[in-house]
Amino acid sequence: MNFFDNDLTTIHNQLVNHELTSYELTKQTIEALKATDQKIGAFLTLDEENALATAKAIDEKGIDATNLLAGIPIAIKDNIMTKNLRTTAASKILENFTPVYDATVMEKVHANDLVVIGKTNMDEFAMGGSTENSAFKVTKNPWDTTKVPGGSSGGSAAAVSAGMVPFALGSDTGGSIRQPASFTGVVGMKPTYGRISRWGLIAFGSSLDQIGPFSRSVKDNAALLNVLVGEDKRDGTSVGGHEADFTAKLDAGVKGLRIGLPKEYLGAGVQQEVKDAILAAAAKYRELGATVDEVSLPHSKYGVAAYYIISSSEASSNLQRFDGIRYGVRAQDAKNLDDVYVHSRTQGFGPEVKRRIMLGMYSLSAGYYDAYFKKAAQVRTLMRQDFANIFKDHDLILGPVAPTTAYGIGEDVTDPLTMYAGDVLSVPVNLAGLPGLSLPAGFANGLPIGMQLIGKSFDETTLYQAGYAFEQATDFHKQVPTLGGND
Amino acid sequence: MNFETTIGLEVHVELKTKSKMFSPSANEFGDTPNMNTNVIDWGYPGVLPSVNKGALEYGMRAALALNATIAKENHFDRKNYFYPDNPKAYQITQFEQPIGHDGWVEVELENGATKKIGIEELHLEEDAGKNTHRGQNSYVDLNRQGTPLIEIVSKPDMASPEEAYQYLETLRQVIQFSGVSDVKMEEGSLRVDANISIRPVGQKEYGTKTELKNINSFNYLRKGLEYEEKRQAQILLSGGTIRQETRGYNENTGETVLQRVKEGSDDYRYFPEPDIPPIHISDDWIAEVRRSIPEMPAARRQRYSKELGLSAADAAVLTQSLEMADFFEATVAAGADAKLAANWLQGEVSAYLNAEKLELAGTALTPTNLATMISLITDGTISSKIAKKVFKEIITKGTEPKQWVEAKGLVQLSDPAKLLPMITEILDNNQQSITDFKNGKDRAIGFLVGQIMKQTHGQANPKVVNQLLIQELKKR
Repeated sequence: MNFFDNDLTTIHNQLVNHELTSYELTKQTIEALKATDQKIGAFLTLDEENALATAKAIDEKGIDATNLLAGIPIAIKDNIMTKNLRTTAASKILENFTPVYDATVMEKVHANDLVVIGKTNMDEFAMGGSTENSAFKVTKNPWDTTKVPGGSSGGSAAAVSAGMVPFALGSDTGGSIRQPASFTGVVGMKPTYGRISRWGLIAFGSSLDQIGPFSRSVKDNAALLNVLVGEDKRDGTSVGGHEADFTAKLDAGVKGLRIGLPKEYLGAGVQQEVKDAILAAAAKYRELGATVDEVSLPHSKYGVAAYYIISSSEASSNLQRFDGIRYGVRAQDAKNLDDVYVHSRTQGFGPEVKRRIMLGMYSLSAGYYDAYFKKAAQVRTLMRQDFANIFKDHDLILGPVAPTTAYGIGEDVTDPLTMYAGDVLSVPVNLAGLPGLSLPAGFANGLPIGMQLIGKSFDETTLYQAGYAFEQATDFHKQVPTLGGND
Repeated sequence: MNFETTIGLEVHVELKTKSKMFSPSANEFGDTPNMNTNVIDWGYPGVLPSVNKGALEYGMRAALALNATIAKENHFDRKNYFYPDNPKAYQITQFEQPIGHDGWVEVELENGATKKIGIEELHLEEDAGKNTHRGQNSYVDLNRQGTPLIEIVSKPDMASPEEAYQYLETLRQVIQFSGVSDVKMEEGSLRVDANISIRPVGQKEYGTKTELKNINSFNYLRKGLEYEEKRQAQILLSGGTIRQETRGYNENTGETVLQRVKEGSDDYRYFPEPDIPPIHISDDWIAEVRRSIPEMPAARRQRYSKELGLSAADAAVLTQSLEMADFFEATVAAGADAKLAANWLQGEVSAYLNAEKLELAGTALTPTNLATMISLITDGTISSKIAKKVFKEIITKGTEPKQWVEAKGLVQLSDPAKLLPMITEILDNNQQSITDFKNGKDRAIGFLVGQIMKQTHGQANPKVVNQLLIQELKKR
């Protein structure tokens, strides 16, 4: 099976018509994936045996003709709890960790007969934008294996981009779905905060984290999001009552849609080709009947600072439970309780995680709280207000996802501030809790450029509607990567 | 130099909700270690807290019972620290905005005067687990982890250890009667820390305080505070200065002992708990919770005196515990005379509970059975001597008393037609007693009654026997 040329509907019809079984599909997927992943390194753990058993069970039960997702393979980011399947968050401290429960999204994945192939690489605890912060391996960009796939959900993005799986789940705290989607030329959705239960997502920045889907097309993405959403009693921040069929308005076009283009999103620091691609997308939308005009997010310049303070503060608290006492890796050389804590965490966490923990603890310390954490929370309120002002007379916002295309492996790791600056366009969406869709909008030097559509709270439907119209009018999503050459 | 004392108490109370504060695990004391735990209580990766509405309402109820104002906008905060009994390495608490503030209780002092003690705030939080150490090993039991707690912080309004004791006792009663906690110090559902300082009379600033922690009983608290008052005074009088420190109470020596010197304050890096959305408490909700608050001890005492005619002392004893007060009222409702019910509960029942180290719930006694027994006494069906037998039966076995005394033939003999032949026989056989009676020796009556009682195995109604005897003696 080739996921480049066959969209979800085609495969689904083959499964329904018994031209293909889920077992065959899964087996072919895993075989092809093993070869491809030698070059890409997207997976941390393959679950071959269980995947085949699950597929077989689904075949025996019969493919549900009304469920587009039945029998379809999916990959899961390794910070989502999968029962009986090792879950590491790409950290040494959880290297040996096998969860006893499934995340809510995994319950939904199973209930909808998706077949879990394995767990994908990521920046450790989702901290990073290149997947280079993984404790275990480097994932390569399928478009150019000397480049990073973005991050933190780089493994999931690369797996979909390289055609290894049609679907993957990621998580997005400050751009971790949208930016790798942009770097690898796939579709990635960061839903509204509260849309998908966070129960079972290893927490990074609790007030920012959201799980979301990767796919090769807008339509497939909407179909997957359909089954992931909903209120969950186990997550008090999850919100129900806004459920919609996200595929319902795909064909509605963009005539009359009012699109805002924030001037701050096309300023200095944004690569020329990226600017050009976004302006071209704006022109395309006008051509399709939408209005596009310039808007302003005046406080977005404080976004990166506010984001790093809030997410690191929350992370510093969330990651304290990794103390070597109850689960995960415990330092062997510990002689007393303090040793267990200090040595386990010193040995178990990588440098970026330690940096964020220190940053967060500092921001929350007595005497600094008001100047840092509290100030950042105030900035956050202002940013929400910025968006609310635009949405008074706009339906959505268009801009780049990241200032550049994928950069070289090893290029940015030495200077965290450069890497943090790459988040300038993605973090405001998390701070405001809004939905953001990343989809292919062009190429520069053979590397994909992603564009970002930002919507009102719980209005993912309009994002998919506008994304689909753009996708149908362009052929960027039809390009496929060379997987690092012709070998 | 004369000193005056300032005391403030911090009291932790565990709420007796069915499940924990933020997890569906059972909230039970005394089970096998780690039995009542789940992934949330373990601080497992990926888990989230969900607020127990019952715990929130118990917190509101306690706040209202303590005359506190309920905060309309509530949120939780994280208090961060590492310890093995604290699996998330943070405790979810209310740091910025306690659910209740500015309450008070009225305390009755030994001299009969009353004093209002202010309550600074009352906040909700989760309890930690429990560490135990045996030999080289340490063990963690997370059953208690996540148990809902309220922390009640008094104002520094107490001027003596006696006032602190009375405040604690009043607080315990109010919390217990509000129905939100068992407030049992021995099970840890009530824990108290005290801050105490002294200053020369007339000085405005408070003296340096010491903190008394890990106190095991109300009495030890009072004794510890009394010791601390003297210790601090001695230091000041000898020209020394008080060090801010945490001290414990040694029950054997009656002294307080240094546990830890406080250097600055710990930094718990508090911040708002992002996993729990803010909670708005509406006026309607407050009104609803207010309606659910049971009658408080003071109101009950008044009612017992006014409506049931009990003495203030009786009313006070009966309202020391909710269980006793409820039992008393149920017994009266079942038809018992209030004064007799009060006497039995304070007398035989309490003596039995003390001797057996039981609580009412641990016995087979029911209010209905107690009421039936009391009415059997008042209507003369059984003698008070037989009543003791009946009481033992109903408190140990829960037997229905009326049927039991009938089945056992313990009904008192009051029928003159049955008693008269016996009396005639006894008098015929005891000529000397008749002579003594005629000579004015009242003791003779007692002897004769005793003879009848002996013959009837204690079943004869002594009052009736007495009457009949006098009547018959006069005839001779």
